[in-house]
Amino acid sequence: MTEFRVFRFDPDDNKPARFDTYTVPWEKGMTVLEGLIFISDNFVDSPSFRYSCRAAVCGSCAMHINGKYRLACNTLIETLLKDGNGTVTIQPLAHLPVYKDLVVNMDNFFKHYEAIKPYLIPASAEASAGKPDKSVPEKEIIQLPKDRKKIDGAIDCILCGACYGSCPVAGTNPEYLGPHAILKAARFYNDSRDAANQERLTLIGNSKGLFRCHSIFNCQVVCPKNLDPAGAISQMKMKLVWQKFKGLFGG
Amino acid sequence: MIVIGGGLAGLRAAIEAQANGASVLIVSKLHPIRSHSGAAQGGVNAPLANNPDAKDDSPDKHAYDTVKGSDFLADQDAVQVMTSSAPEIIYELEHWGCPFSRTDDGRIAQRPFGGAGYPRTCYGADKTGLYMLHTLYEQVVKRAIPIISDFFVTALIVEGDTCYGLAGIDMVKGRLETIVGHSVVVATGGAGRIYGKSSNALTLTALGMALAYWVGAPLKDMEFIQFHPTGIIYKHILMTEGCRGEGGYLVNKNNERFMQKYAPSKMELAPRDIVSRSIATEIERDRGFEARDGSGYVHLDMRHLGAAKVMERLPGVRDICLEFLGLDIIKEPAPIQPVQHYTMGGIDTDVNGKTSVKGLYAAGECACVSVHGANRLGGNSLLETLVFGKRSGLAAAQYVNNIRQKSYIPQNLIANISRFYESHFKKIANSQGNEKHYALKKELNAAMDNLVGIFRNAQDLQTALGKVNTLKERFTHLGPPQSGLKFNYDILTHLELEANIDVAEAVVLGALKREESRGSHSRRDFPTRNDKDFLKHTLVSYKSKGQADVKYKPVMIDKYQPEERKY
Repeated sequence: MTEFRVFRFDPDDNKPARFDTYTVPWEKGMTVLEGLIFISDNFVDSPSFRYSCRAAVCGSCAMHINGKYRLACNTLIETLLKDGNGTVTIQPLAHLPVYKDLVVNMDNFFKHYEAIKPYLIPASAEASAGKPDKSVPEKEIIQLPKDRKKIDGAIDCILCGACYGSCPVAGTNPEYLGPHAILKAARFYNDSRDAANQERLTLIGNSKGLFRCHSIFNCQVVCPKNLDPAGAISQMKMKLVWQKFKGLFGG
Repeated sequence: MIVIGGGLAGLRAAIEAQANGASVLIVSKLHPIRSHSGAAQGGVNAPLANNPDAKDDSPDKHAYDTVKGSDFLADQDAVQVMTSSAPEIIYELEHWGCPFSRTDDGRIAQRPFGGAGYPRTCYGADKTGLYMLHTLYEQVVKRAIPIISDFFVTALIVEGDTCYGLAGIDMVKGRLETIVGHSVVVATGGAGRIYGKSSNALTLTALGMALAYWVGAPLKDMEFIQFHPTGIIYKHILMTEGCRGEGGYLVNKNNERFMQKYAPSKMELAPRDIVSRSIATEIERDRGFEARDGSGYVHLDMRHLGAAKVMERLPGVRDICLEFLGLDIIKEPAPIQPVQHYTMGGIDTDVNGKTSVKGLYAAGECACVSVHGANRLGGNSLLETLVFGKRSGLAAAQYVNNIRQKSYIPQNLIANISRFYESHFKKIANSQGNEKHYALKKELNAAMDNLVGIFRNAQDLQTALGKVNTLKERFTHLGPPQSGLKFNYDILTHLELEANIDVAEAVVLGALKREESRGSHSRRDFPTRNDKDFLKHTLVSYKSKGQADVKYKPVMIDKYQPEERKY
């Protein structure tokens, strides 16, 4: 027998947060998301939760499930409970205000993402050619496979927020950019087509960015896509230090 | 102007509209990054001739493959527009940062795909849609285009024959809102979830198509539903055509590469309609395996590709099989079966996304231009979203720019819509019925899966039509959903069910009346293509009472005369 213990809260009514328990008939291969959908279909007062692709690519359903931030859609219940016996406890992503039950307000998460200029800033030769955005390029920018390889991984981020929810620093410092934003900054920094390395380091090389990270590595542990935001943060720190060092000696 | 939907077509439309001076707002029930475009895996077609085996590829050759793939039902002017714009729109996306995989000399890599004469599918590993979606979203952030997510559109505001905006539920505030816009682009994706066994996101509920359909825009060619050959068993998640493009085999239980019998020259890379029918036939004739849920499947075998190639080109599908089935495609074949994947039909538009309602445009999977005709080639849908997203964004912006009386807002109508919806929601909330929306949806899904699938016949389709009519009636006896409008998914499912049923009716009616087999529409009782009577588009128009109205319109044929389709 599988029990779902689900966080319930609506800041608009005056009731305190609580957990409601639902019994779900388990079958082999059932995911946590399928359990939540069963609850939604079969219980009159059911929790709200976000979902869409059910295939671990849209990033809607990151939540705290049995002690870990992960996606509900690709978490098989049998990986949490032997033969589905026991309790699945679900809470919303942390560090973000709850709209209702498991649905959180991700504005702050995306505000930090936007703060690092999350778009390719191409080489000045092109930008300064006076071509407006409307002009159509005639060929691709050449990028050799060895250069393209440098952004492997970072480009696979689905912005689900599992890393952000798991990061204690993000919890105590709402201004901290967060692992997702710094990983995105590294993605562009490492792209051979991007020409704004200096600017990117400036955007993240401060007390709201790189130097707020305490190297706790939760982000690396929880990432449902097996990415390494912590590694990206270390790499960016090294780049920044090297840049300062070069500056000191006029290099 | 307003764009409904934040997938590839919607974002591309918004970017183009803003670049042409329109003040544009994106409205979506999901954050754009959550859109199903991001689940596209295999790639996007463009005749760039980057692959050594594609030296003499061209827009004309791409157009011919597309028209032949469509079983000659695509409008050839629209296809020409799409294939001739393909290179520039892909280069533009690359300049915006899209991380395509690369050839040894650093150009965009291209892989072979089904029904294509050349390797012309540009890809980023097997996550092309994700990379494209993120790239376009990044450009939307750069351009500071405003977005309202968590907004569930329930109706378009139309006065006379002109659209003035929309009404819907602001899920955050938990209340009904109307948003005025002098033009609206619908870019809400496909209708996959009228089926149960679908590769589509659970949120692809046909509502966007229904919004336009309900205000008078006909749905075109809805009977053409694409079944993708390779969805994994149980979960029906897609394994990209790129698996076969990279050399994967389809094998039955007798260890036979059965495509030899059905498409000897193209083998596994025949178009999707043909490969899906072949798999279904193998399963029917007891040459498939049987799954735990009683369904049949065959094997997609990639073991001979080797670990290095799988890890480089197909890491995403490997993860899908590991996570959802617990098997590693490097060591074991994947159990697959055809699953509903794509809606070739949609809101009837011209090459600029224009519908029959003034100020209303549509682009992407919810629209039917038509470039896919009776069967879409893999890699052409992502291309369609960019090309026709851009064109509809431009057309909608020009329409707004040319309106003299920008201040005209049909206040009466907006007030009426609001009042109608207030009372509508009250009615739902006080409903005394005992039908459950999820149960009705399951019945609809089962009917579509079993009666309107790969192989069809008059009797099954009549039964399906009867089922749809029963569900329409039972819909009026739904019990009340959960109260409140704030992130109330119960009420959304309730409202979406009406769209599911109405759009399903258009699919069934089109299929019943098309007494021939063409592309994905395969009638056992009419097994051949009949150009004399059916080389024409189906147009289904909504009626608030009784059965929808079915009409036809001619196909635009230019360079390529219909011929027998062999692969």
